[in-house]
Amino acid sequence: MKSFDYVRPATVAEAVAAAAQPGAVYLAAGTNLLDLMKGGVSRPDRLVDVTHLDGLDAIETLADGSLRIGALVSNADLAHDANFAKSYPAVAEALLSGASAQLRNAATVGGNLLQRTRCAYFYDTASRCNKREAGTGCDARDGENRSHAVLGWSENCIATHPSDFCVPLVALDAVVEIEGRSGRREIALDELHRLPGNTPERDSALDPGDLIVAVRLPPAARVFSTHARYLKVRERTSYAFAVVSAAAALRIENGKVAEARVALGGVAAKPWRARPAEDVLRGVAPTADAFQEAAWRALADAKPSGDNAFKIELARRIVVRALLLAAAGTPARLPALPASPFASTSGAIHA
Amino acid sequence: MNHSISLTVNGARRDFVLDDPRVTLLDLLRERLHLTGTKKGCDRGQCGACTILVDGKRINSCLALAISHDGADILTIEGVARGDQLHPVQAAFIAHDGFQCGFCTPGQIMSAIGMMREAQAGNDPERIRECMSGNLCRCGAYAGIVDAVLEAQAGMDESNQRRSA
Repeated sequence: MKSFDYVRPATVAEAVAAAAQPGAVYLAAGTNLLDLMKGGVSRPDRLVDVTHLDGLDAIETLADGSLRIGALVSNADLAHDANFAKSYPAVAEALLSGASAQLRNAATVGGNLLQRTRCAYFYDTASRCNKREAGTGCDARDGENRSHAVLGWSENCIATHPSDFCVPLVALDAVVEIEGRSGRREIALDELHRLPGNTPERDSALDPGDLIVAVRLPPAARVFSTHARYLKVRERTSYAFAVVSAAAALRIENGKVAEARVALGGVAAKPWRARPAEDVLRGVAPTADAFQEAAWRALADAKPSGDNAFKIELARRIVVRALLLAAAGTPARLPALPASPFASTSGAIHA
Repeated sequence: MNHSISLTVNGARRDFVLDDPRVTLLDLLRERLHLTGTKKGCDRGQCGACTILVDGKRINSCLALAISHDGADILTIEGVARGDQLHPVQAAFIAHDGFQCGFCTPGQIMSAIGMMREAQAGNDPERIRECMSGNLCRCGAYAGIVDAVLEAQAGMDESNQRRSA
């Protein structure tokens, strides 16, 4: 690991000033960053440790009914907060389907949003990677790429964003609160992560020094609590990143879908909101046929970036399944294997 | 630049001067305190052999910078027994052959203790398997590990009942 300076700011303003310097990065739990630094993938000159900052670890309901989640709340604390899990069950399920219990205890909300891709070529410093080193080329394009993107990719980069948490969040119109050099601002989570285009080295819309201080769910995100699920296909049953995942949330009134939310994970460089799927479901009965049509529309623009055409059909099926499960109703208790398509009830055997 | 930190490790306060901020909790425990029960497996957060409790919660000590955990309360495998009296999870691992080579065992036991404190799995073997999935065992002693955790959990439930009766 390259050596670095360590800075522990006392305030958010000090943190922003310290992190705005070239070569500086924020350190939260470090579960992704330290791994990247050990592999020489990230080589920061300065770590700005935000874990001791006050006021960033609260989960609070605001006067208008929004929920504000501090950036330093751990993934586990959020998922196990009983009120949170009841109001936003698909988000809790997504959180608990990610990583391991040890990592969820450490990993933070802000860090989860900003985790880097798990593309093996990004991790392998002997490979060419436009995201790790701009302009060097992409060895994934002609390499082992069955897990890579099928939506929104470019010739320069076919990496996917690995977060589970972000998938239901983007479906629920989450907003990201950012403290930067020119003060506080907020953007939709859907605008935080960038598609690669010609600049895959830029993962997000953040500028140097920008610090995510909170994620907010708007009041309308609560209306889906009785019909919301997250489903995730992995290459092993637990402790693995998504091959494909989907969040589905429905508001059902008088036997019809009044409103639908659908997002996909593991398919693009960002959590993929599938608005065409949502549009086609508005006002129709929640049937398998309607969900098939929605899934078709969700993947209408998908195309393989390599040996991964299977992911398109897999994604369609996971969208249908997630919608069917959402329509059936949020279970009273999360399944033993969160988000697993292979376990509908407790007591199922590991697939 | 040197950085001073203090930790509580297995109940005792320890002060350190770090001449390099790159030191992980794992390396600090093993190299500075010679508490080598906590194992370095992958050193990348994938195997769970380095699991310890920090402020009562299980984490991977290989992915935690010591300098960032100034003031933390740390429990390692060396701190779970009371003298010669094994922790119930330790005893259950022996009773159920929850290991073969033993390399992953300190991490498995710390993870199981952390899991029981989290109180999410109860006595459901499937939930236990899921909640223990961050600890790999290349000898494949998983069946014994789950049985051991079930027994330790049952013992804890029983003693809680006795206490509340």
